[in-house]
Amino acid sequence: MHSSGHVALQHHFDDLDTQREASTFGMWVFLCTEILFFGGLFLLYVIYRQRFHGVFVQASRHLDVKWGGINTAVLICSSLTMALSIWAAQINRRKLVVVFLLVTMAFGATFLGIKAIEYGDKFHHHLVPGANFHYACPPGEECHPEQAQIFFSLYFCLTGLHAMHMVVGLGILSCLLLPAWRGRYNAEWHNPLECSGLYWHFVDIVWIFLFPLLYLIGRHVA
Amino acid sequence: MAEEHAAEHDGHVPSRKPYFMVWAALMIFTGLTVWVAGLNLGPFNDVAALIIAFTKATLVVLIFMHVAHSSRLTKLTVVSGLVWLLIMISLTLGDYVTRGWLDTFAANR
Amino acid sequence: MDTNSAAALDRPSYLTDGYGWKSWLLTRDHKRIAILYLVSITFFFALGGIFAMLIRLELLTPEGDLVQASTYNKLFTMHGVIMVFLFLIPSIPATLGNFFVPLMIGAKDLAFPRINLLSWYIYILGGAFTLWALIHGGVDTGWTFYTPFSTTYSNTYVVSTALGVFILGFSSILTGLNFIVTIHRMRAPGMTWFRLPLFIWAHYATSLIMVLGTPVIAVTLLMVAVERVLHLGLFDPKLGGDPILFQHLFWFYSHPAVYIMVLPGMGVISELIAAFARKRIYGYRFVAFSSMAIAVLGFLVWGHHLFLTGQSVYAATIFSVISMLVAVPSAIKVFNWTATLYEGSISFQTPMLYALGFIGLFTIGGLTGVMLATLGLDLHVHDTYFIIAHFHYVMVGGTIMAYLGGLHYWWPKMTGKLYAGFASKLSALLVFVGFNLTFFPQFILGYLGMPRRYWTYAPEFQVWNVLSTAGASILGVGYLLPLCYLTWSLFKGKQADANPWGAKGLEWQTTSPPPTYNFDEPVVVTEPPYSYVAEQHVVGQQEVESA
Repeated sequence: MHSSGHVALQHHFDDLDTQREASTFGMWVFLCTEILFFGGLFLLYVIYRQRFHGVFVQASRHLDVKWGGINTAVLICSSLTMALSIWAAQINRRKLVVVFLLVTMAFGATFLGIKAIEYGDKFHHHLVPGANFHYACPPGEECHPEQAQIFFSLYFCLTGLHAMHMVVGLGILSCLLLPAWRGRYNAEWHNPLECSGLYWHFVDIVWIFLFPLLYLIGRHVA
Repeated sequence: MAEEHAAEHDGHVPSRKPYFMVWAALMIFTGLTVWVAGLNLGPFNDVAALIIAFTKATLVVLIFMHVAHSSRLTKLTVVSGLVWLLIMISLTLGDYVTRGWLDTFAANR
Repeated sequence: MDTNSAAALDRPSYLTDGYGWKSWLLTRDHKRIAILYLVSITFFFALGGIFAMLIRLELLTPEGDLVQASTYNKLFTMHGVIMVFLFLIPSIPATLGNFFVPLMIGAKDLAFPRINLLSWYIYILGGAFTLWALIHGGVDTGWTFYTPFSTTYSNTYVVSTALGVFILGFSSILTGLNFIVTIHRMRAPGMTWFRLPLFIWAHYATSLIMVLGTPVIAVTLLMVAVERVLHLGLFDPKLGGDPILFQHLFWFYSHPAVYIMVLPGMGVISELIAAFARKRIYGYRFVAFSSMAIAVLGFLVWGHHLFLTGQSVYAATIFSVISMLVAVPSAIKVFNWTATLYEGSISFQTPMLYALGFIGLFTIGGLTGVMLATLGLDLHVHDTYFIIAHFHYVMVGGTIMAYLGGLHYWWPKMTGKLYAGFASKLSALLVFVGFNLTFFPQFILGYLGMPRRYWTYAPEFQVWNVLSTAGASILGVGYLLPLCYLTWSLFKGKQADANPWGAKGLEWQTTSPPPTYNFDEPVVVTEPPYSYVAEQHVVGQQEVESA
């Protein structure tokens, strides 16, 4: 399948196939770097969770499982619509591509809105690490506020870094809207959609791990 | 990727079904992980949570990210990233977990 | 044959394809980006060298009389930060790698030319952050940013330097990503994996490390900056944090980073030895797989930097054993290079002088590394000048000599000019003598117990320190000379042929300098690498060096 002379073909590639394989592979290599980037924070989480197990369980109960769960569902739906936008390109339905991209972005914005609600709530309860941090000890339980601060530091660093990646993801998708509307993505060439989708799904996967590790570890305690 | 395109250009319209099935599975697993977290399984709470999370991630990687139909190189790349993360976590954790062991051995002599 | 400089510039090449700032600063040509990097890293090398000079001047006398103690802390920190992150990490990959990876595999450019240019801009931005911190008073934490000093107690510009290094990390990641995709997907027809020059194998292995390791230091330094600003407590013992956890995260990257620094150098040496012994590298596959083995094993040894921190003795033992194992592939390479020299047709041109110097000095550095892997010995020499001597032997005696050797080897290809043979050989000699005089006394100092990062020392150490400073002056001259005669060659040098050394490799099949798209005709590869034929009189080998 050769498409030399295709409008999307860049000069240093021999043909569109090579370009497609190169850019998809390049995105996967980039995602590997992201695995290790978030991985550093996950390592911090693992070590401190092992060390301050009781406090982490206790502090986790301050996170709202309802919001966390809704956000998980929102991201799963956004991954579906992202995959469907590529499917729409494969069947040459240009307008459907744009619709699915917009819906994906709407889900992403919803996720960020819910995170804003959660962060605001933490701020009100003095659970943002730093000068104004004040951990209200649950009555009758052992209490180590500085260890709880570590939990919340990790919470904000992990979810904050994740949210930044969501914002970048929204930026990337918005750059696809105009070319998609103009019909640039079709069965023969939709690699930008594919690569953007890989990024978007990766951000979803990070959240798939963050949700149980941050929100659910204290649920079994009455 | 190339194989997937070849299959499509045999005249078959690519199917939406796998995406919807994975979506449904992910939603169910999310509910499952919330429910299991409410049970007191001791150390197995963590194990269950991680197993469910890894299963969800695997579905996203294989179907949404098309890795099931991708080249060996892509699959190797995904696995390498994970393996490297595991190296970092396991060797570091290995340090912390084994720190007290020498004292224990010495005390038990 | 010998055309004058003016006529040479009329020949179309990547250098003549567009003039003016925009054609350079907005270029997508990997060769021009390599030159941009070359100029930038030379600037930072000079800056790092100035700090080295100030350190050595202070250490001429046992008392602290040149600078204050707090200033001395800043001197060795800035020397380390600049030399590691702004010079050594990018040096060979971003200059020689960027220039020659596409050429050696028969491609028109790297896979992602615009990302290549972006990586240079990111490098400049990271350098700017570091310079900003320097101008405003510098950093005193050591290049290792150990917590909680860096996060809580230091009163210097930690955040801007840490962010500068964070930014530089992305430059490195993008370069590595580009190389990996290019080497996998853009090899010319017939260029199978085992026909690749060993320079390519070395850069492939280096790129794997860049991609897998750098993100970890990026997020770690980001956390240092965040903690310093927000007082989170992740690495502060008073707030429940663990400083050793920082060290685990830091060294998870920074140990593989030293292989980022040395592997490309080894790749250069393979090319130089083959070309100047006129023989294929002995044990090609062993050398290729050794590069990969160094990359993988290099990720499993970081705990040897934590031997004195209270790390578990079981973990320490594992790290110690694997640290000894990682020396094996390096040794395999040294044996193979030596075997290549045996019964080779050796010519002592400048690049070969650097290559031979590398083999000797890297071996000393590497062997002392095995000594340091021994738990009992490291206990005594950790944080002494023994460590400093060890890593300078591998990084300066190793990497910088390889860089200079590669620069001299490929200079005719990159610029189309020949340089003065006598001056270049003299410089190589000065570098070798100056280097050994600078750093061998430091092994002795470390063994005798002189601590590193100290601004004063016991009087009995003075004689070795004086020798070291004397050596550093000679080394400095050795580094300045190439700056002079290589620049001179750009204006007055003789025109170079396509293949002045008579070497094998695709880069020598095109003009000097190459055209913008590298090859005038599509490349098809049919020969194995280094297909030198013994005893054959090589047609077209130019008299590159007059002396």
